[in-house]
Amino acid sequence: MEKRVFFEHRLTPYLLVAAQLAITLIFFIWPAAQAFYQSTITQDAFGLSTTFVGLANFERLFSDSLYLHSIEITLVFSALVAASSLSIALLLAAMADRVIRGSSVYKTLLIWPYALAPAISGVLWLLLFNPTIGIIAYALRQVGYSWNNFLSGTDAMILIVAAATWKQVSYNFLFFLAGLQFIPRSLIEAAAIDGASPFKRFWTIVFPLLSPTTFFLVVVNLVYAFFDTFGLVHTTTAGGPAHATEILVYKVYRDGFVGLDVGGSAAQSVVLMAIVVLLTAIQFRYVERKVVY
Amino acid sequence: MAEIELDGVTKAYPNGVVALQKVDLKVADREFLVVVGPSGCGKSTLLRLIAGLETLSGGHVLIGGRDVTRLEPAQRDIAMVFQNYALYPHMNVYNNMAYGLRNRKTPKPEIDRRVRETACILGLETMLERKPRQLSGGQRQRVAMGRAIVRSPAAFLFDEPLSNLDAKLRVQMRGEIKRLQRRLGTTGVYVTHDQAEAMTMGDQLAVLRDGRIEQKGSPLEIYRRPATAFVGGFIGSPAMNFLDGRIEEGGRKLRVAEMFSIVLPGAGLPEQEGRNLTVGIRPEHFKINGNAASVELPVELVEPLGGQTLIEVLFGKKIVTVSLDGAIAIKSGDRIPLSVDPAQLHLFSLENEVRLDCIAA
Amino acid sequence: MVEHRPWLTFIAHAVLIFGAFILAFPLWVAFVASTQSAVSFNQIPMSLLPGGHFIENYSAVLTRGVASAGAVPVVTMLMNSLIMAMMIAVGKIAISLLSAYAIVYFRFPFRKTIFWLIFITLMLPVEVRILPTYGVVASLGMLNSYAGLSIPLIASATATFLFRQYFLTVPEELLEAARLDGAGPWRFFRDILIPLSRTNIAALFVILFIYGWNQYLWPLLVTTDPNYYTIVMGIQRMVTVADATPQWQLVMATVILALLPPVIVVVGMQRLFIRGLVEIEK
Repeated sequence: MEKRVFFEHRLTPYLLVAAQLAITLIFFIWPAAQAFYQSTITQDAFGLSTTFVGLANFERLFSDSLYLHSIEITLVFSALVAASSLSIALLLAAMADRVIRGSSVYKTLLIWPYALAPAISGVLWLLLFNPTIGIIAYALRQVGYSWNNFLSGTDAMILIVAAATWKQVSYNFLFFLAGLQFIPRSLIEAAAIDGASPFKRFWTIVFPLLSPTTFFLVVVNLVYAFFDTFGLVHTTTAGGPAHATEILVYKVYRDGFVGLDVGGSAAQSVVLMAIVVLLTAIQFRYVERKVVY
Repeated sequence: MAEIELDGVTKAYPNGVVALQKVDLKVADREFLVVVGPSGCGKSTLLRLIAGLETLSGGHVLIGGRDVTRLEPAQRDIAMVFQNYALYPHMNVYNNMAYGLRNRKTPKPEIDRRVRETACILGLETMLERKPRQLSGGQRQRVAMGRAIVRSPAAFLFDEPLSNLDAKLRVQMRGEIKRLQRRLGTTGVYVTHDQAEAMTMGDQLAVLRDGRIEQKGSPLEIYRRPATAFVGGFIGSPAMNFLDGRIEEGGRKLRVAEMFSIVLPGAGLPEQEGRNLTVGIRPEHFKINGNAASVELPVELVEPLGGQTLIEVLFGKKIVTVSLDGAIAIKSGDRIPLSVDPAQLHLFSLENEVRLDCIAA
Repeated sequence: MVEHRPWLTFIAHAVLIFGAFILAFPLWVAFVASTQSAVSFNQIPMSLLPGGHFIENYSAVLTRGVASAGAVPVVTMLMNSLIMAMMIAVGKIAISLLSAYAIVYFRFPFRKTIFWLIFITLMLPVEVRILPTYGVVASLGMLNSYAGLSIPLIASATATFLFRQYFLTVPEELLEAARLDGAGPWRFFRDILIPLSRTNIAALFVILFIYGWNQYLWPLLVTTDPNYYTIVMGIQRMVTVADATPQWQLVMATVILALLPPVIVVVGMQRLFIRGLVEIEK
């Protein structure tokens, strides 16, 4: 889309974009370029000499079992978070769409967690699951399960999945509800007259019509699980125990900042960039094809 | 047997608005009833109550002799055509029509037969694979009807299905719907705000106003003998003219707009002697002649329609529309003598707008 | 929905209430914890009812902070977060308005290139360029400063795209009329375009404030001086204490304080916030 009417000034537009362009170049493009560069070098232990090694860092990365494990963990984590928070949110949205009285109250009560940082969500659940004093840990012990997220990798994963899902439900709920309310009422009525029970109606009419929203949310949830959950992992499990919850975005930090592995961390950054590009491309491609009824 | 009966049906909303007040209505088997009225009169509510999409506050709905008041829409054996068609956008035409039958667990071969048969009747055979967004307005309309027809219900319900179409298409579809209904012989209730649609399509008309039925009868009945001033003014286009009148001379004479007197047929209205009332005259019932019972009036506006000419005339303080056949050489500013046949007068009481009939001689 | 099925409506309410409860439960537990005394955490499991140490705990964290986290008064951290969030929100909106305006209403060489450069930032969240960005900030001497906390986060594509999209829907006639009225680009921008964009700006402000407030990784990297810690990242140091139990009552008091401002903003400006979310994702 273009404007038909526009200004002819020469200098003004450059002045207008100057600020954004400057920040973009200095803090985004330049570091990204550096990351690309750094992914092709190694530094010696003292950081004094650098050697160009081509794709060696990447080769090392993909043959590193820890890294592959991290990829696996990240995929499991995102799949679990996306699946659970989407289904819970869909259920809540479907129910919220049905009730008339108190709907705005419910809405407020269900969307406030959006305001929380994932790190905060992590800390909240850290307390709930604390092996000693946590309420949920206590309840689990009562039914015979000895919970300890500091020792068991599975428990740690459950902890971060729970915290990440809990926080994301409200975002998904919001969009599902908007999508549901966009479906014309007469379609539901026609389906009712056509003999479909509420359950049937939901799955044969409502859910298919919700697919643009669903697809969009799947992509957003994946991006969230991949990238926005750093704070959550950092405050709760720190990637442990024994790398059990070391998702990709955490590993980049750990290897780069803590481990000071410039080349390896840069290579990981490049891989992450590729993933972002892929997910963003999918999202934009999809946005072009958004179906309007 | 698929007659529909509404018995004392009332619909009141929690905020106090009463959409329908103790409505009694009967639709005979195979009859096509058109429910017509201005917006907000409750006609859509009436239809939705028959369909079961709204719950009653009082009264009963019977379909085919069965009391369906407590039944779900799916259990009432009715089909509905919505104003915006409500076609399932993600299904093709075939599946849109098959959906209802599938839900009722009809065997597949049977579904196929019925869908294709219906598609044939409506001229949709070549479009079964298409999705609604690939169809024109008229085609979507037909699919909406096909969806209703394929279920062979006891009754069809139409909720202003033509209002989204352009004028020409509307006229064409009017005829198609009527022909279809005749051919299938299914009872039908059709809601519209367009009085022309009502007149041309209905076997019977029910004129609704503020939640009450003002009159029910055949189109011509309603046209010729409107039961209230409202019905008189609502049905017929251009609309009926209303003037002030007074009964004089023992009920035999009517003084119209203080300008001229006309002798009423038969014995007139003796009980209304001396009383003021409303006089309704349809535009086509004025005549231009210079006889004794005529009055000369100035012409304000002339609208030549070709086959017909509409003239606006100043009758006392009111503007009156006169409809004349053919092209008449009159221009604005002329004075013309108008008279009216007393048998064509419609007299309505001033207090309750009810029709007053002259007593036979 | 359509039929009269009271039991389905009942189930709907039940599910919603249960959902709201599940969402609220961790918050409640946190609040309860924040009002306990240190010893009450020896009780297993911890109590589900508030204790009586509300004022004591909150004033302690506000004024003295937690030792393991550098003993920074939480008040300081709250201030830092506030400044950072405000700078990010205001900064982002300001430069995005300007860029979107330039891209939509002007024709100039490299316009497309610049547009794509800005677009690329969408694919470069902080997490994928940690080390190098830190390096740049460090070499510019921006560590441990408000500038360092906010400026690198200001150039984002989402706000620019939102405004660009909105500007494209503004009728051409407005600009034509303004020009006839003698308005130059700056006048038009200031007197017509910005007032028109008020609601979008407000909605975006809500979203960006929360985004800025909740920043974690970036403040973590660029602050080593505890006086510059922001509250969301500062909590981590309270919780990750090696070989010791965290002082939960103080941690939770800080958590409650950390989440109050964004929650209040979301709940108080719910309509704007929802609108902002929906607009961005279009």
